[in-house]
Amino acid sequence: MNSLIVATLLLILIGFAYQVGWSRSRQVAPAGGRLHSRPNYHGARVAIWALVPALLILGLWAFFSDAASRAFVMAQLPSDVRAMGGSELAQALSRIEQIATGFGVVGEPAPYESAAGQALREFRNLAFALVVAAAAGTGALGLYLARRRIAPRLRARDEVERVVRYLLIACSVVAILTTIGIVASLLTEALRFFTFVSPIDFFFGTVWNPRFSTVGAGTGEYGLLPLLWGTVMIASIAMLVSLPIGLMTAVYLTQYARPNIRNAVKPVVEVLAGIPTIVYGFFALVTVGPFLAGIGDLVGLDIRATSALTAGIVMGIMIIPFISSLSDDIIRQVPRAMRDGSLGLGATQSETIRRVILPAALPGIVGAFLLAVSRAIGETMIVVLAAGNSPYLRLNPGEPVSTVTVTIVNQLTGDTDFASPQSLVAFALGLTLFLMTLILNVVALFIVRRYREQYE
Amino acid sequence: MNNEHAEVMEMHMPTEKIVGQTDLYSIKSSTVRTPDAMPRPIRVKAREVNVFYGSKQALFDVSIDVPERAVTAFIGPSGCGKSTFLRCFNRMNDTIEGSKVTGRIELDGADIYDGSIDVVELRARIGMVFQKPNPFPKSIYENVAYGPRIHGLASAKGDLDRIVETSLQKAGLWNEVKDRLHEPGTGLSGGQQQRLCIARAIAVSPEVILMDEPCSALDPIATAKVEELIDELRENYTIVIVTHSMQQAARVSQRTAMFHLGYLVEEGPTDKMFTNPEEKRTQDYITGRFG
Repeated sequence: MNSLIVATLLLILIGFAYQVGWSRSRQVAPAGGRLHSRPNYHGARVAIWALVPALLILGLWAFFSDAASRAFVMAQLPSDVRAMGGSELAQALSRIEQIATGFGVVGEPAPYESAAGQALREFRNLAFALVVAAAAGTGALGLYLARRRIAPRLRARDEVERVVRYLLIACSVVAILTTIGIVASLLTEALRFFTFVSPIDFFFGTVWNPRFSTVGAGTGEYGLLPLLWGTVMIASIAMLVSLPIGLMTAVYLTQYARPNIRNAVKPVVEVLAGIPTIVYGFFALVTVGPFLAGIGDLVGLDIRATSALTAGIVMGIMIIPFISSLSDDIIRQVPRAMRDGSLGLGATQSETIRRVILPAALPGIVGAFLLAVSRAIGETMIVVLAAGNSPYLRLNPGEPVSTVTVTIVNQLTGDTDFASPQSLVAFALGLTLFLMTLILNVVALFIVRRYREQYE
Repeated sequence: MNNEHAEVMEMHMPTEKIVGQTDLYSIKSSTVRTPDAMPRPIRVKAREVNVFYGSKQALFDVSIDVPERAVTAFIGPSGCGKSTFLRCFNRMNDTIEGSKVTGRIELDGADIYDGSIDVVELRARIGMVFQKPNPFPKSIYENVAYGPRIHGLASAKGDLDRIVETSLQKAGLWNEVKDRLHEPGTGLSGGQQQRLCIARAIAVSPEVILMDEPCSALDPIATAKVEELIDELRENYTIVIVTHSMQQAARVSQRTAMFHLGYLVEEGPTDKMFTNPEEKRTQDYITGRFG
């Protein structure tokens, strides 16, 4: 309700300020002469000058209101309650909060609670009115000052453009700050984990046996290598499946297919990319796994239904559209002149593709490959369902394995105590995963960028 | 000629005497070699060639003879069908979606659109140089060796080296690149790249070389070098060149064919075309009245 009122007031302020700026600039326009900026820029400039101070006041209040309310409530409380401290005080404060918001409390409120709650509500209403008045006042002041400066030579357009630029910078900063925040939280939690287990044991340990914290004391063993091996094995199988199929699909679609076939096939291939990974997961579990196990029986190999092979193959299928549409774009960027030059020398179509088009597109394809690998490494749902969750170092892809992502899921689902190494290890694993995909992405971007320069 | 053309001719019909002709002639006479006196045997013969892109007809009933070891130039305003016609000679139009060619084109008496003709072999006999230099993103050596490799022309490494060297020599590029054969071909200047493309075409020992505006992306100095090269190459090769520049046609060719709106307007010895054309439209185009 309150925020609705504030938003409405702000909108009115913006509209009014814009109007004021617009009409004032028309007034000051010299007869027959010209304003430096058109009236709509003057309007926008005044609106910005009115809006920014008002928003600042509101932002400050949003930032400090909790601390202010708390200080106010504490001042209302009898000294014995204030002296309680700890969880009892916190409980009292939350009861008062609930009384103040009209939410109600369990049981009969103590007289001091009701009084404090009532006072808090009044305090808040008053504070809100004051803040809105202050915001409106500063907004009006900003508007007035901005209006006074309007003159024919005032460079309102430049000012507005500058503000637009700051706005855009602010938006992109949000993404960057989020990334930094995620990395920071991963890092701090991972560091907490490393107070329990030494990084050497973690990164070079070959046994993964964390034991559940509920079972009893003892921290267990946290060797990363079995998980890393599982991840690498499944990602490798996935790439072995997806790279040839995806690349050849792209070659067919760009070089051989007639437009009507291309228009029909391309969307169908891309539908694969839209299937939720959990669906791939049970496709692997229910169909591919038993099928592979059956084939294994036929040829005398012991292949388990849930294994690195099952998960890898299905993940490969999932990545095909990723590879094919990236390679498609890259192959199309190879100039037609290359192709004509080769065909004009009497090369066949497949010679042209093999000897000219693919080599020319190679850096881009490598970039696409690395991006796909980082997807394969981070993929979770398929491996949770189909890889068998068995964190042992095994060479045979027909055996179940576990991966970094699966282990993170295992460690963080169910009852978790975020102070135990059993949970904290998830952050160390996440950090490892993040670093791996980060490096792959950086390398991929570097390669793709170098490739782009080649034909410009 | 049909009505449509009569109209176009009227539109551009000059009423006063031709101007600019003497200028053009002075350019030509100062640079070109003595034209052939002897008639040469016919190498490529085209009869009533029509080209369609989808439902649109780009070329109408074009018939022409291309003499051996001479330069034949195709001139005409943009969109007149000269490049389209050139691309019929090595069937490069096949690579364009929805294109259709009718009529006959004979190379040494055999119809190149006959089902028994192998396009790969045909393109080895009729080389092509494109408008924009298009070296492959490989080394200079590999660019020239590309054709011989795919056609298996060199059995030993030494043979390939020799082919690369002679091709680059014939293209007048050897001295400029002999010390950096293994650097990328894309690192050369525009004019050098175009001569590299010519060397690449020569390396498969073609009989005919098609050039599609080979100098349009080059500066005047590089253009002069390529023109000089074309003049040398006609000792051994039959060359067909499409050009926008009438001076270029006058400088390098022995025969000229003028195209307009998909029709062959006129064709004959270059000297005659530039001094005494039969068709008014040729005269108008040559003197810069349209196009």
